[in-house]
Formats: sequence, C-alpha cells, structure tokens
Amino acid sequence: MADQVANNAASRPPSWPMYRALVGVGVVCGLLIVSVFVLTLPIIASNEAEALQAAVFEVLPGASSKTSFVLDADGHFRPVREGDNPQQMVHAGYDTDGSLVGVAIPAQGMGYQDVIRILYGYAPQQQIVVGMQVLASKETPGLGDKIEKDPAFRANFEALDVALSADGQSLAHPVEAVKSGAKTAPWQVDGITGATISSKAIASILRQSGAHWLPLLYPRRAELAQGGGDDGQ
Amino acid sequence: MANSNRAAPAATRASSTDEFIKGLWRENPVFVQVLGMCPVLAVTNSGINALSMGLATTFVLVLSNTLVSALRSFIPKQVRIATFILIIATFVTVVDYLIQAISLDIHRALGAFISLIVVNCLILGRAEAFASKNSVGRSILDGLGMGLGFTFALLCLGGVREILGSGSLFGFALFPAGFQPWIVMILPSGGFFTLGLWLLVFNRLKARQAEPASPREATP
Repeated sequence: MADQVANNAASRPPSWPMYRALVGVGVVCGLLIVSVFVLTLPIIASNEAEALQAAVFEVLPGASSKTSFVLDADGHFRPVREGDNPQQMVHAGYDTDGSLVGVAIPAQGMGYQDVIRILYGYAPQQQIVVGMQVLASKETPGLGDKIEKDPAFRANFEALDVALSADGQSLAHPVEAVKSGAKTAPWQVDGITGATISSKAIASILRQSGAHWLPLLYPRRAELAQGGGDDGQ
Repeated sequence: MANSNRAAPAATRASSTDEFIKGLWRENPVFVQVLGMCPVLAVTNSGINALSMGLATTFVLVLSNTLVSALRSFIPKQVRIATFILIIATFVTVVDYLIQAISLDIHRALGAFISLIVVNCLILGRAEAFASKNSVGRSILDGLGMGLGFTFALLCLGGVREILGSGSLFGFALFPAGFQPWIVMILPSGGFFTLGLWLLVFNRLKARQAEPASPREATP
C-alpha cells in the first residue's frame, strides 16, 4: 500500500508547483493589466474626445467650439450626460460669436469590405451638407480608400443639397451617386472611377442618415442655436 | 532553426554582444528564420505602420523574455507553454492600451494585428528556446536583438512598399506630383513580392559571405 502511494507520487509530477506557477503568474498578469488599463483610460478617453473634436471642426468649417446633444424621449435636444450612447449624439458647432455653424452627425453603413463610419456637417440655415470625413473604413488601399482623401470627391460635400421636402418628413431629392463627372444637380455625388462601390456607399449612408436626422434637426434648429458655447472639452 | 545557437556546445557560449547582434543579422527573425510572417505581410504597407508594429513586438518580446527568464526555475515544465502564453498575452494587452494612449491613428492603422502579436511564433519561440534556459540579462539582450531585427525587416518591407505604392516615406512625399503610385505594392500581393525580393537579396549576401570563408575552413 505504502509502496503504491510512493510509486504514484513518483510517476506523477507534483501538482502544487503547477498550481503555484499558474495561479501566481495569473495573479501578477491580472494586476498588471488592470493597472495599465486604469493608468491609460483617462489618456485614451481624452485622445478620443480630441479626435472627435478635430473631426467636428473639420466637417463644420468656421466652427470653433462644440456642444454635443442627444434627442430626449420627449423630442427635445438636450446636452449629453455621462453614459449616453455616442452613436445617438449629434455635435453642434458654433463660431467665435457663439452662433450656430452647423451640426456634425455621425453615420455608418456597409462599404465594400466592412462598415464605413463617417461624420458629416449639416448647415440647417442653408439645408446643405458642408463637410464629410471618414472616421473608420477598411476600403481597398489605393482604390476604395480614395473616399477618404481624394480632393475631387471631397469637394462633393462642400455644398451638397439635402433640403427637406414640403412636408418636412423626407429629403426633397435623395442623395445619389453618379458616374465620375456626371454630376448635374446639387444633390448628386460625383463618384470615383475604381471606387464605385465605396462612393455609392457614402452616398447611401448620407441618404439614410439624412432621412432619419434632418427631419428631426431642421425644425429644432433654434434649440440647438441657443445651446451655444463650449461643453468644456 | 529558431534555436540553432542552442546546438553549440556550452564551451563556445556566445558573448553578450553576440546575443544582441545575432537577432539583427545572422539569425534575423524574418529574413533567416522566416518567423511571424502574418504581421510582416499584413501591416507593412507604410513605413510608420511597420515601425510601430516592430516596436510593439520588440516591447512584448523584451518584457516576456525578461519575465519568463526570471521565473524559469519557478515554472514546472509541464505547464510552461500555458504560462508563457499567459505572460505574452498580458504584455500584448498592455501594449494595446499603450498604443491607444499614444496615438489612436496608429491603433486604427494596425487594427487587429496588435492583438495578433500573441500568436507571433517569434515571441513564443524565443521564450521557449532561449529565455527559459538563460539568465535574465542574456534574455533581455536576446529579446532586444530579435525585436530590433524584426523591426529592421519590417522597415525594409514597409519602406519599399510605401515608396513605390504611395510615393512617400513616413508620410513625406518623395516624388513630383506626376508620379503614378504602384497600387499593387500597398495591396497584400505587393507584400509577397517585396518579401520575396528581400529574401533573394539576403540569401545572395549570405552566399557571398560563405564563399570566401569555406575554402579556409576546409583546409585544417
């Protein structure tokens, strides 16, 4: 009996050092990850806020401060509070006098490879899109990713007509992509040769997001204009 | 191949400088050992991506080598691989947060490939073949050498691909406006072409080094 126990112990490696090593290393690694996470969290949050601010000013030429709003359950825009969903926010940009330049709206939709996320600036006074920036995309390098940098394509979004129809419930002329150089109306987007799907995707994101947001934003533009000033960012 | 230096008898132990130098050139992880091809091909479409990926890998490699080496008598051999992976995954998570804190743009450009450093066989290879058998100091030198060798190789690829594919290097335009970029170079296939050409160059260099050396060794 005693022999058997001794045999077993000799043939099987002792388990205590294994527990000790795995649990010990696990605890050390866990602590390390948590401390790095806590240390970098405020820096990452401020980086993200900065990137958003830069993007808002990029799509709203002339803006120098911004306030972010969400749509309340009772149909009014109120400044964001902690814990609001960033996808539901719109960012109003104001110039140095504190008057409303426009509203930056985040939107997303399917591109060629993956979801494209964009931010576009809407000027409610003139009812036009005044700027568009791609926040994240995985379009083909050299072809589809021209939607991010191509100056001719970006010029489409300097004064894109997104006026509402007479009843104020939908766009009078839905945004549409046309072949490169075939743009004839102010609501058309000149596509990029070699990036047809990506440029159509941008037009369709604008069309869908515009149909959702603009009927909400346009009648409430006065509410947003009053909220002028910086939200401390 | 990864542990060819281990085959050498203990009497001819490499000097500390040699532990560092070998990763840079003689046992370069990419051009000689051909390890970690996934990030090599995937993220080297620009110089800055290649540099950030190389430095992130070096960071993980040095720290995991240090910890593995420091704990080598504490870890039973039956659970060593699990422990090594745990250590490597920890440092990869750390580097993921650090890159987000340094620059969101770089984090976006590297995307999923930061997390995939965990499965870079170079790192587990060095932990298993070197750090678990050598002192902390040597392991740090080894990790640093291998990491910088990896960075150097990524830069070789990233530099060529960015110059030809975007007409710039580290974002600075090199050619006049008339330059037509070779888009294929920043697509995945360009990565294979460039890697193949660099391997050709490296093997040619090694063959030329070996030629004059061999007759001398042959005569006793």
